[in-house]
Amino acid sequence: MARMTFAEAARRALAEEMRRDPLVWALGEDLVQGGIFGQYRGLAQEFGAERIVSTPISESTIMGAGLGAALCGTRPVVEMRIADFTLCAMDELVSQIAKVRYMFGGQGRAALVVRMPQGMWRNSAAQHSQCLEAWLTHIPGLVVAAPGTPADAAGLLKAAIRSDDPVVLLEPKNLWTAEGEVPDDVAPLPFGVARQAAQGDAATIVTWSACVPVVEQGVRESGIACDVFDLRSLWPWDEGAVVASARRTGRLLVVHEAVTVSGFGAEVLARVVEALGPAGLRAAERLGAPRAPVPFSPPLEDAMRISPARVADAVRRVAAR
Amino acid sequence: MAGASNETARRIAMLRDMARIRAFEREAVAAMRAGEAPGVVHPSIGQEGVAVGVCANLRRADRITSTHRGHGHAIAKGADAGAMMLELHGRAGGCCGGKGGSMHIADFTVGMLGANGVVGAGIPIACGAAQAIRLKQEEAIVACFFGDGAVNRGPFLEGMNWAALYRLPVLFVCEDNGFAAFTRNSAVTAGGGPAVRAEACGVPATVVDGEDVLAVDGAAADLVARIRAGGGPQFLHAKCYRWEGHTGTDAAAYRPAEEAAAARDRDCIGRLRAALEAAGVAATEIAAIEADAEAEMASHRAAAMAAAWPDLGAAFSDVQDSGAPAWPA
Ligand SMILES: Cc1ncc(C[n+]2csc(CCOP(=O)(O)OP(=O)(O)O)c2C)c(N)n1
Repeated sequence: MARMTFAEAARRALAEEMRRDPLVWALGEDLVQGGIFGQYRGLAQEFGAERIVSTPISESTIMGAGLGAALCGTRPVVEMRIADFTLCAMDELVSQIAKVRYMFGGQGRAALVVRMPQGMWRNSAAQHSQCLEAWLTHIPGLVVAAPGTPADAAGLLKAAIRSDDPVVLLEPKNLWTAEGEVPDDVAPLPFGVARQAAQGDAATIVTWSACVPVVEQGVRESGIACDVFDLRSLWPWDEGAVVASARRTGRLLVVHEAVTVSGFGAEVLARVVEALGPAGLRAAERLGAPRAPVPFSPPLEDAMRISPARVADAVRRVAAR
Repeated sequence: MAGASNETARRIAMLRDMARIRAFEREAVAAMRAGEAPGVVHPSIGQEGVAVGVCANLRRADRITSTHRGHGHAIAKGADAGAMMLELHGRAGGCCGGKGGSMHIADFTVGMLGANGVVGAGIPIACGAAQAIRLKQEEAIVACFFGDGAVNRGPFLEGMNWAALYRLPVLFVCEDNGFAAFTRNSAVTAGGGPAVRAEACGVPATVVDGEDVLAVDGAAADLVARIRAGGGPQFLHAKCYRWEGHTGTDAAAYRPAEEAAAARDRDCIGRLRAALEAAGVAATEIAAIEADAEAEMASHRAAAMAAAWPDLGAAFSDVQDSGAPAWPA
């Protein structure tokens, strides 16, 4: 066990995977220079320019070349720099990568990882702060993983690299420098298994990605004992654990950084209601962003942000109903 | 002379492939018009010389990426025409299990990495395939087919720069049939066109008469040799003409009938036939090759109509391992 940042945990996991399997390689902008969050630091020195490839600013080709390389038997790690730039490569992700296995009748597989650092980070404003996770969970063929701790950043990256499915790895920009305990020998995490971060009967709280530490703190501040689940992956997601808890507590709160409207919280809530019946919950609430772009100015950005205080308020509201 | 007869045998093989492609597509168009092959078929009739002239220079280990108009590329690369016909009919045993159809024909066993329903989408895929080939130290190259319409999409610019930058073993083949769907491509393309654009990115370009399979073969042989020798990507701009409409049911009323008729007079198959006859190959031998191709494809079509539909479970298979869809209750 060692204490390290999210970025360092992810960097080590990638290095370990690249040592284990010579067919693992990474491509994206500025990777030889370490990547914009330092998550590739030193890797070009160890693995060379054939396996840590700094590319032109050509998102369609970064994504599409990842697919071509996967179809020819390598395991590419496709770096999008930030999730927002994936929008320049949406055809390659949604209509090519997610579909090849199916539409070619299983002849080829897009065994690759697409890393998409997402969300708010240091006043980056509207085009560099989006959480588009719900779009991705909507696409058959994709696995969507969303780590919220350094240990999970490593475990999910390893799982994503070894997966024969294409995996979108949503890495929360705001957590790159967050520290946590990481096992010395991180094992790949199975997808669809939530981490239960706290226990209690008052309510079931579900969250993921950058909101994980915020929710943990908010629940502590509320002083109310709740079941808290960090989903860790959004497709597949741990419906069983969440439904079982909600059946017991009768109260559900879903917290995410993304816009609430049509956010993944809506799916979580809908599935719980389908499982428990319309009268199965005494309280249900989603806490997310308003349906507005993310603003630049610090106080304006903070107005959009999920804070521990807002989580604590929501926990009290839900627990009181 | 052994050399000459080898060359003649090679040309006869090219004629056979072109005849098979044409026969396949004639059956496919008829099946679409008859409502037997569902969905849409984009015929490449008249363009067979490009697919065959290029693929005659490829090996099995080489890969190709293709387009919505990809039957010819697939057959020329050695894909199983019977499995393709089943696929067009949406039947069990189709090369994609009936889940792809005409626009998503693929046969990975012969390196055919897939037709593509998105114009230009094969270009980045071809680049990545070439990078994988290099990483795995395979002896192979990639041929990337696309239409003239693709040169106006962003991935074209990205891919030319990318391939040149990394000196990738890719042969880009711009199959310029004059039209992008219903629009004459010259009416929507500024500047000097495909070859000039490729060269601007540092990819050497060769322009060839795509209706002359021997010219395509000669040019491709040269470019493929350069690529195999480590010379980096090459670009072949093959000019041809789409005899049929954009799809099997498009009457192509947007172009003069004389223009299409003139193209039929330049028939790539007819020209090779004439060259072979001039070289002493008997007309009866050539006629037999063409008749065999027609018989083969007619029997594939009949077999497809008699074939079973796919098992319904196939609709839910091969989506993903983690989080796979469940059968509806
Ligand atoms: C990105 C994209 N835009 C539009 C279409 C619709 N479309 C299908 S084929 C086609 C024309 C393509 O022209 P070209 O690349 O010259 O190929 P050709 O049809 O002539 O073989 C169009 C516009 C598409 N499939 N993909």
